[in-house]
Amino acid sequence: MVERIISFFTSLRLTVVCLCLAVLLVFIGTLAQVDEGLYQAQNRFFRSLLIYWSPAGSSWKIPVFPGGYLIGGVLLLNLIAAHLRRFKFSRKKIGILVVHSGLILLLLGQFMTDLFSTESGMRLTEGESKNYSESSLHNELAVINTSHPDHDRVVAIPESLLARPGEIQTAALPFVLRVKRYFPNSQVGLRAPMLATEPPPATVGAGTRLEVKPLPKVTDMDHRDLPSAVVEVLAGPKSLGTWLVSDWLDDPQSFTYDRQTYQLALRPVRYYQPFSLQLLKFSHDVYKGTEIPKDFSSRLRLRRPDTGEDREVLIYMNNPLRYAGETFYQASFDPKDPRVTILQVVHNPSWLTPYVSCGLVGAGLLIQFLTHLIGFAKQQTGRLKAAGRPGDARVPGRPAAKPVALAAAGASAVSSSIKRSRT
Amino acid sequence: MKRFLPWLITGLFAAWIAAALFPRSPREGFDIREFGQLPVLLNGRVQPLDSVARNSLLVMRGGQTVPVEHKTVLSGLPLVEAMFVGQEKASSNEWWVASRRMNATEWLMEVMMRPEQADTRRIFYVTHPELRSLLRLPEGGQKYFSFNDLRPGFDALEPQAKRVLGADGVEGIKPELRTPFEKQVAKLFSSLQLYLKLKNTLRPDTSDSFTAEIAAFRRAFPAGLIAVRHQQAGEDYDKGDFQRILALADLYQNLSKYTDVLVVPPPHPETSRDNWSNVGASLLATVPKGEVDPAVTYYAAMIDAYRQDRPADFNRTLAQYRQWLGQRLGPELTKGRHEFFFNEFGPFNKAIAIYIFALLLAAISWLNWSQWLNRTAFYLVILGFIVHTAGLVSRMILEGRPPVTNLYSSAIFIGWGAVLLGIVLERIYRDGIGLVTASTIGFLTLLIAHHLSLEGDTMEMLRAVLDTNFWLATHVVTVTIGYASTFVAGFLGILYILRGFFTRSLSEATAKALARMMYGIVCFATLFSFIGTVLGGIWADQSWGRFWGWDPKENGALIIVLWNATILHARWGGMIRERGLAAMTVFGNIVTSWSWFGVNMLGIGLHAYGFMDKALFWLVLFVCSQVALIALAAVPPRHWASFRAAAGVAAGPSPAGPFPGIRKPGPASAGA
Repeated sequence: MVERIISFFTSLRLTVVCLCLAVLLVFIGTLAQVDEGLYQAQNRFFRSLLIYWSPAGSSWKIPVFPGGYLIGGVLLLNLIAAHLRRFKFSRKKIGILVVHSGLILLLLGQFMTDLFSTESGMRLTEGESKNYSESSLHNELAVINTSHPDHDRVVAIPESLLARPGEIQTAALPFVLRVKRYFPNSQVGLRAPMLATEPPPATVGAGTRLEVKPLPKVTDMDHRDLPSAVVEVLAGPKSLGTWLVSDWLDDPQSFTYDRQTYQLALRPVRYYQPFSLQLLKFSHDVYKGTEIPKDFSSRLRLRRPDTGEDREVLIYMNNPLRYAGETFYQASFDPKDPRVTILQVVHNPSWLTPYVSCGLVGAGLLIQFLTHLIGFAKQQTGRLKAAGRPGDARVPGRPAAKPVALAAAGASAVSSSIKRSRT
Repeated sequence: MKRFLPWLITGLFAAWIAAALFPRSPREGFDIREFGQLPVLLNGRVQPLDSVARNSLLVMRGGQTVPVEHKTVLSGLPLVEAMFVGQEKASSNEWWVASRRMNATEWLMEVMMRPEQADTRRIFYVTHPELRSLLRLPEGGQKYFSFNDLRPGFDALEPQAKRVLGADGVEGIKPELRTPFEKQVAKLFSSLQLYLKLKNTLRPDTSDSFTAEIAAFRRAFPAGLIAVRHQQAGEDYDKGDFQRILALADLYQNLSKYTDVLVVPPPHPETSRDNWSNVGASLLATVPKGEVDPAVTYYAAMIDAYRQDRPADFNRTLAQYRQWLGQRLGPELTKGRHEFFFNEFGPFNKAIAIYIFALLLAAISWLNWSQWLNRTAFYLVILGFIVHTAGLVSRMILEGRPPVTNLYSSAIFIGWGAVLLGIVLERIYRDGIGLVTASTIGFLTLLIAHHLSLEGDTMEMLRAVLDTNFWLATHVVTVTIGYASTFVAGFLGILYILRGFFTRSLSEATAKALARMMYGIVCFATLFSFIGTVLGGIWADQSWGRFWGWDPKENGALIIVLWNATILHARWGGMIRERGLAAMTVFGNIVTSWSWFGVNMLGIGLHAYGFMDKALFWLVLFVCSQVALIALAAVPPRHWASFRAAAGVAAGPSPAGPFPGIRKPGPASAGA
């Protein structure tokens, strides 16, 4: 039994089946992006163990296909198991060994990236300075106590808690928040009191003059959701009022409780840094007489209070700033405002793994091919001496020409692999 | 005799190439070739007027020449004329039409300098029935129409175009959502806009004697300026002067907005080399200072000479202008000349012709196993490859870029790589298989490139994110070699299936040789597509901040790597033999064409730079044909023509895998 399990997990058949499934999965996952959007399709197909299918009109979830994690995991297991079982150090196999260890590193590294990396954006107008970046996907309800003269106390409530109707209670806040309604994506506009059929969503704050409608979540990469929520603040049995909080509102709304001033804001999740970036100058060049972008660049001032660092940095296309574990990329611009730069901020502890694994696989393949090339060259010389003719016997060979130097790389790789098929 | 024939035939082709390298300029008439070399700035790059002309004609007409008369060879026979007149094809292979054809520069000269004549040339390709009825075009076989033919339909076309393309607050329809009718409306409207731009490149298309008009503008300016000042100060002013200057300023203001072909070189090249402008803008900038840019004066003089049919004066002014330009913008003038020669030589069209001929010879040599045919084909493929390489390298020099920068150049490069691999295979095996592979893929990819060139300028400037020669030279080149080699393996698979199923020519030795080639090329393809894909990830990490983002183009490349790896592991595990290998490599064709073209049709993702629609039809057709071939491969060997004779013989051995412990494949092939 154990023997059978081992031979199942070490078999090449399993490799081939997994690779075929992977080809299918990647194909379907690509097609699905058209309807579902890149992010959702990624989660459903590639960052999952199983892909579920729900028949129309039912809440059933039937697993129909292995997801990326499952296929990748089994392949990894298969690869490691096969090497453990058949590992025999020999010069002939060293290349394959290096190739496969590179692959293992690549798969593990990407898995780590999936688990630990975060992506966010930083939008700066010339002159503006920020010490945080904002998530483009996740939002939070920030309750900010602004009563202290020298600092604010922020309690951030993640979106996932807002999505559940009910009360949110935490030791950090002296009151309870009751989420009455939550819109993952919404349209907010001024309420016309004469025409409106529903009462305003809020009893206090900006929401008394607004109306909010739910929208389906966006799927394309050019737009983002605009979440809103209707939240009641309860102090014991007493209601302090109901607020409409929305990403649509630029400024937080304030209220006072127990002689402390609080602000409410539904906003993108913020990632704070121990340093700040100030945009000095954003340049966006196009080719003369066209609208084809030629270059974007942002000149920034980096300041870090705890180390006293204060210097200028330049970020442009294909030239990010790597600093303190974060990487800042020139990502985009605002077509309406030429003074605005949009930077992408990535935190990825395992960013180096693809570089190392690429080196390993490249070196492994090179070793493998070179080993074979030497063998092939020896054999070829022997064959020419014996004047034997390869190929179809009915086709008379051309007189053997001198070795061509033509495209040595191509020839060597081809011939060496051909050689391998003969051994 | 047969010893010399290969050299003779190859020599003839080489002579044809050499003749094209040294074209003769006509002794009399306007010096069209010199004019076509003049540098201008368009699409952000300096290019000769000849390139402007050719790319515009390709977009509008689908060809690079314009027929002048429509006489048939058998003219006079009413039936023949009725059948063929107006039914011209896009290319110059209209054997029945004995008309003279204008080349692109000649046509552009006419458009820019004598538009009333150009308006009668049939350059707009209109075939969609609904569009034809919208424009009230005549029924019948005519497919090409002149500007004058279309003029009555403009009022009907404009609202449609506005709806599709969007203008004045109308949003327009996204390209991928347009119906075929809407696509044709958009295409024709853009062609007409392009034509109007070209007409207004050098002068207002209503102008008569441009030199005199410029002089009048200069004369009228000082008085006009005084009149304007007085008018604005609320004093008495000369109404005649005022009106005249306003009308002229308006005219040149419009002219400056009309065209984006910038013909006037930068006035101070030593400080800013990019600062080209068009004639209208240049006049508005210089006349208030009491001068006119010499380039405008030269062009005005050429226009007058052309309109008054004085070739000698035209050519003299042209020579003076080139000399003046040479002192200021030597490199630009040289670039214009080189690109002109490249256009005129047309290396890829020549390579297509050579590949087709080589393919024919190689195919015939299979039928009668004639050695001299095989050898001729080999020499010809080498010659075609040299021309192909020359074209590729010329493009690289002209652009100052690595070989692949867009879809068009990827087709050129895939063809180049496949031909190279084919030649290498032929050197090793010498059985014609490499030749047929090289010539067929070389021919097909260049044909695809030709159709891609109909989209417009193929040397366009690169968007900021792509503007890095390092990654273009490493990632793009490697991944494209991966595409090329996967196609070569797939083509060998096709040969295996077709020869084995339909002919008796697939002997055991040939089958084995083919299988070895497929296997070797798949190894090669795995190497390059893997390295290329990972390099792409690293580039993405450098510029977008993530190594892998499941973007469609990335996924396409990943599928190629995975599929090639699948083939290798299936072979090592003894799960497939020759026939299975052939079928799997043919599936590799589908996978590669999906990555190359299919993902661009999804219209999503960061990599979707070019959207195509006609290509979808061909892609579907190609995929269907490949599926049919795979189905054919699935037919049991006893029904294959080649194996029927030796029924019962196993298809062939497989090589040993990387793991010696794995189930041993069939009989060892060490003896082969």
